[in-house]
Amino acid sequence: MKFRRGAAVLLTTTAIVFSACSNNSSSAAPSAASPSAPAPSGAAVSAAPSAAASPSGKPVTISWWHIQNSDPGLSLWATMAKEYMAAHPNVTIETTVLENDTFKPKLQSQLQGGTVPDLFQSWGGGGMAEQVEAGLLKDITADVAPWKDTMNAGAMGMYALDGKQYGIPFDLGMVGVWYNKDHFDKAGITAPPATFDELLADVDKLKVAGYTPMAVGGSPATWTEMFWWAYLAIRTGGTEAMQNAIKTGDWSGPSFVQAGKLLGDLVAKKPFQEGFLAAPWDGAGGQAATVAAEKASMMLMGQWAPGTMASTLPGNEKVKWNLGWFPFPAVTGGAGAPTDGFGGGNGFAVGKDAEPEAIDFLKYISSLENANRWGALNRGILPVTVGAESSVTDPDLTSVLAARAKANFVQLYLDQATTSELGGVINDSVATLFAGTGTPEKVTQSITSAAAGS
Amino acid sequence: MTLRTERASSTLARSRISRWAIIGLFLLPAFALYAVFVLVPVAQAVVFSFYKWNGLGPMTNFVGLANFQRALSDPIFQMAATHNAIIIVLSLVIQIPFALGVALMLNRRFRGRAVFRLLFFVPYVIAEVIAGVVWRLLLQPGGLVDGLMTAVGAGDLYAPWLADPDTVLWALFVIISWKYFGFHMILMLAGLQGIPHELEEAAAIDGATRRQTLRYVTLPLLGPTIRVSVFLSIIGAIQLFDLVWVTTGGGPVDASNTMATYLVNWGFERFQLGYGSAIAVILFAVALTVGLGYQRFVLRRDIDGALTGGAG
Repeated sequence: MKFRRGAAVLLTTTAIVFSACSNNSSSAAPSAASPSAPAPSGAAVSAAPSAAASPSGKPVTISWWHIQNSDPGLSLWATMAKEYMAAHPNVTIETTVLENDTFKPKLQSQLQGGTVPDLFQSWGGGGMAEQVEAGLLKDITADVAPWKDTMNAGAMGMYALDGKQYGIPFDLGMVGVWYNKDHFDKAGITAPPATFDELLADVDKLKVAGYTPMAVGGSPATWTEMFWWAYLAIRTGGTEAMQNAIKTGDWSGPSFVQAGKLLGDLVAKKPFQEGFLAAPWDGAGGQAATVAAEKASMMLMGQWAPGTMASTLPGNEKVKWNLGWFPFPAVTGGAGAPTDGFGGGNGFAVGKDAEPEAIDFLKYISSLENANRWGALNRGILPVTVGAESSVTDPDLTSVLAARAKANFVQLYLDQATTSELGGVINDSVATLFAGTGTPEKVTQSITSAAAGS
Repeated sequence: MTLRTERASSTLARSRISRWAIIGLFLLPAFALYAVFVLVPVAQAVVFSFYKWNGLGPMTNFVGLANFQRALSDPIFQMAATHNAIIIVLSLVIQIPFALGVALMLNRRFRGRAVFRLLFFVPYVIAEVIAGVVWRLLLQPGGLVDGLMTAVGAGDLYAPWLADPDTVLWALFVIISWKYFGFHMILMLAGLQGIPHELEEAAAIDGATRRQTLRYVTLPLLGPTIRVSVFLSIIGAIQLFDLVWVTTGGGPVDASNTMATYLVNWGFERFQLGYGSAIAVILFAVALTVGLGYQRFVLRRDIDGALTGGAG
């Protein structure tokens, strides 16, 4: 979903990145392999004695693609891989590190070529389902059965399809409203809104106090707008209606139309920053920068928001003002539980040719101890191993974690829960409500007809 | 005697064969490259366009012409094609005449002429991506344009043009013109340099006014250059992509999509390779038709004998 904004940059840097990537993988493999076992192709014979020395069997190479391309995450993954290889001398882990925006097209072309990495970044949902349908992933249900209960069930569910497990999560976050407590205080708002009506009233109060109540990104980041519609639909119709729509492709139900109408009430108040229809999510003048610079009081965004806001400020420092977080408010009379969530995270899908060692490596990185190491970084990765929640200490993130703990259900981002085709249609259809060119009914119709075609 | 003619004709035939063999041999590397990187991909795109395919796994879902039907009946694609047409018309009506005017001015001798030429040509040299990002920053609320207009008391006239579906295409056209008029200006300057000064002098001696000289001497002689300029402008507008993609991404709400941004959006962001290929085939067909048609009917005189064959 962050692909669009990056495409521009991608155009200029494709050549550089691709050449850099090939350098990485070609140079990393031999150096990683040389200390323990020689490269598999060249020296099969001489590898035999060293394999005999280690009890765990034949030499295995695991190809692993991840997108944590900056420190401290980059080093943490590298450390874990090294530890695992040290404990299992027959295993070589070939790591390919890609930037988020280059990952998707690179993976796509790799998969078209028929070579599937053993472990690769996945967000689960519809994108994963397409890979399952094409026979590219391995069913690991039996392999993970002994330890699957050590993981957050909701997060695991995002990597399962028809009861079969195809991947393992390591992060799950939730979207909520990040807000400026100072603005709320000055506008006389004493508590975060519990209902959508209260939110609308708070918008008025903020406007009276001279603030721009909200920031959103309209182009090309239409997914930031989709969040609003999705949450309203979950609150109005409940998670069952949402799951049903995703399954059947019928998005024309009353709760989806109602979500559009409620969104219309919000848009009619003109709560957004000037020129939001052309605002990106990150970067100069974007949604995150607007809130970070205190030019807007609220935004609906995931757990990475504090980090992105910091990246727009000089010195990459956290915002100086009082940042708060509250879960998406309830819709009065709606069927959805106010604790239900909307979000997503990161995990690894298992390629069809993966050896058992690859799954064992996933088990290793999912251990409580290793999950705690991720949590302790406080970098927006919210570990999903049961018991690792307490390792996160950053107050911005603990509020998200507390809400996640209360949620019986977390709906995956709509543009990832569905196919990339339908996801694009959902985002762009909802955007017409923000631009005032669409109607709630038209939105549900265009999504439903796109779902029928895909 | 008969022996001799036979031998002569066989030598002739052999030399003909060897001549073609040599030509063929020399052409082979270039043709191989052309085939691998142009002909085969085009053919592949045509094949893809008959399938519904997300790029994963084998192509099995043959849908015939359904992708083309869907594209041609999709209001967003129609809108995108309309935007291309609008840009073509605006380019021909505004951008080319403007470039011509500037070229005529800069063709006169005056101090600092080289500096102006350079200044006007610089935007063309800047990479599309950089130009797009810079304009995006300039035009956003709180950006330089907003600030300047407020500073001179015209702040009320400022609007976030790129954020308004009604104005975004016009704003983009301004950026496109800024970016490319320098190129057309240079073309026309080169054309003007090729017009012998004596002709204009002769016209002046015959009592022609400046206007008449321009109308009856300069412009007709500049014809070939203008026709090429128009051609490049049309083809460029049909394939318009990078500047739009970087500046607006085709938004807001598809108000600045072109056929090419629509293609990338569906083909590579939503991974509908079959449908995207159908769009690519349509785009290719349009560009090819316009290109060949233009060469056949407009550029014919200019390139007579070069491409159309001596007899044509």
